[in-house]
Amino acid sequence: MQAKDMMEISYFPGCSLATSAKESNHSLMEASQILGLSLMELEDWNCCGSSSAHSLDKDLGLNLAARNLSLAPPDRPLVVMCPRCLTQLRQAQLHLAQDPGGHRALERRWGRKISLDLEIIHFLEVLVRGGLENLKKGASRNLNGLKFMPYYGCTLYRPPALRRQKYYQGELENVLAALGGQPITRALTNRCCGSFLTAARADVVTPLVNEIIASAVAAGAECLVTACAMCQLNLEIRNTWEAEVPIFHFSEILALALGAEDYEGWFGRHLVDPRPLLTARGLIH
Amino acid sequence: MNPPHITSDPQPPVGRDELERGFAAEVRRRSGVELQRCYQCRTCANGCPFVQAMDYPPNAVIRQVQYGFRQRVLESATIWICVACNTCSSECPMGIDIPAVMDALRRLALEEGAMVAEPDILDFHREVLHSIKRYGRAHKLGIMLRYKARVRRWFADLDVGLKMLAKRKLDLRASRVKAIQEISRLFIPHWQG
Repeated sequence: MQAKDMMEISYFPGCSLATSAKESNHSLMEASQILGLSLMELEDWNCCGSSSAHSLDKDLGLNLAARNLSLAPPDRPLVVMCPRCLTQLRQAQLHLAQDPGGHRALERRWGRKISLDLEIIHFLEVLVRGGLENLKKGASRNLNGLKFMPYYGCTLYRPPALRRQKYYQGELENVLAALGGQPITRALTNRCCGSFLTAARADVVTPLVNEIIASAVAAGAECLVTACAMCQLNLEIRNTWEAEVPIFHFSEILALALGAEDYEGWFGRHLVDPRPLLTARGLIH
Repeated sequence: MNPPHITSDPQPPVGRDELERGFAAEVRRRSGVELQRCYQCRTCANGCPFVQAMDYPPNAVIRQVQYGFRQRVLESATIWICVACNTCSSECPMGIDIPAVMDALRRLALEEGAMVAEPDILDFHREVLHSIKRYGRAHKLGIMLRYKARVRRWFADLDVGLKMLAKRKLDLRASRVKAIQEISRLFIPHWQG
């Protein structure tokens, strides 16, 4: 893709990427720019409600997510990186489609239209639509057979109401294998990381995280690549199992393969330093 | 190897006075989930990553809702342990949205002031919502500090917190929504609006 026809896409970062996982946000921006995508951050976006809103008050969760939909221009897709935000936004849109009265009430409340046709997609979808061949053309740093376990966590699971929507099984490894990585998939790629229980019940989360990482190592992976910033954090802070295994955000490895050079700022923020592995693989100096 | 020792069921025997006829219909109405379709295949319990931390596996919660064990269900740990990862609902052969049932049960438990089996988890959710109401976004450092003050366990996870601070993963200042009244009004019940 040429820089002259930058494709404009609305972008919902979500709270994790805006704060604790800035490295994911920065690397995503970097990768997008190389690919000729212009991610336009949704003006004055708010938290999608996360797990806590629907846990205590489903309506509050739907309304919080719906406000973000009211801010999105309807004529271009809204890209989301965080799987939980993606589910919340899609569920809110589906709910509004089934509740015309509630839909009108929220539009009146904020004085803004809420499009029911707005396309809400994960960033992976953008890459898949662009085509792996185009992606390879843009890549300037081969991943040199880096053995990674694609970790989806619960990204791929969704409530029955969303079953007919886009499914991303296999896309993490498709994209990164096209860029020279070696996917290791015979492990717990889809086991939930423990999500918010990490705050109040770390004792429940630690064994889960250890099990996931141990399965990756047993299958021969050198690192894990996650689709979700919350998973990335949980896998880093709750692992008590033997060796420390680097846990990457998908966007970091993507940006690295596409030739981004300001990786020090991202990798330096990891609690498990991934630089020794990447140096040994000849990917960074 | 000896076969596992079989213990008697730890649950007290069922009393008829525990059963409430309309409970299943109420949960169905509130959750929008046809939970009478559950035929107890236990796929949900087999796949659930958290089942060992629950007092009832998800299928048993559904069964007890069907029977009308209102108090047992609303006071169960299961409804708070569930993180809605949707592993169960993706695998359920009847397409039952189990996390949506859990949402409805938690809301009922809060409305009725039922005993909360996992008060720390509830405290955490309350702090997240406090942050969203105030800033429009989740401010992690603020959430964790207020949560710690609530549960009074200052030293648990101190090492993790300090590491995250050192890596500047916990912003001191909250990122804020400009039109914050649009958010805060969502927290007022509509009849007060």
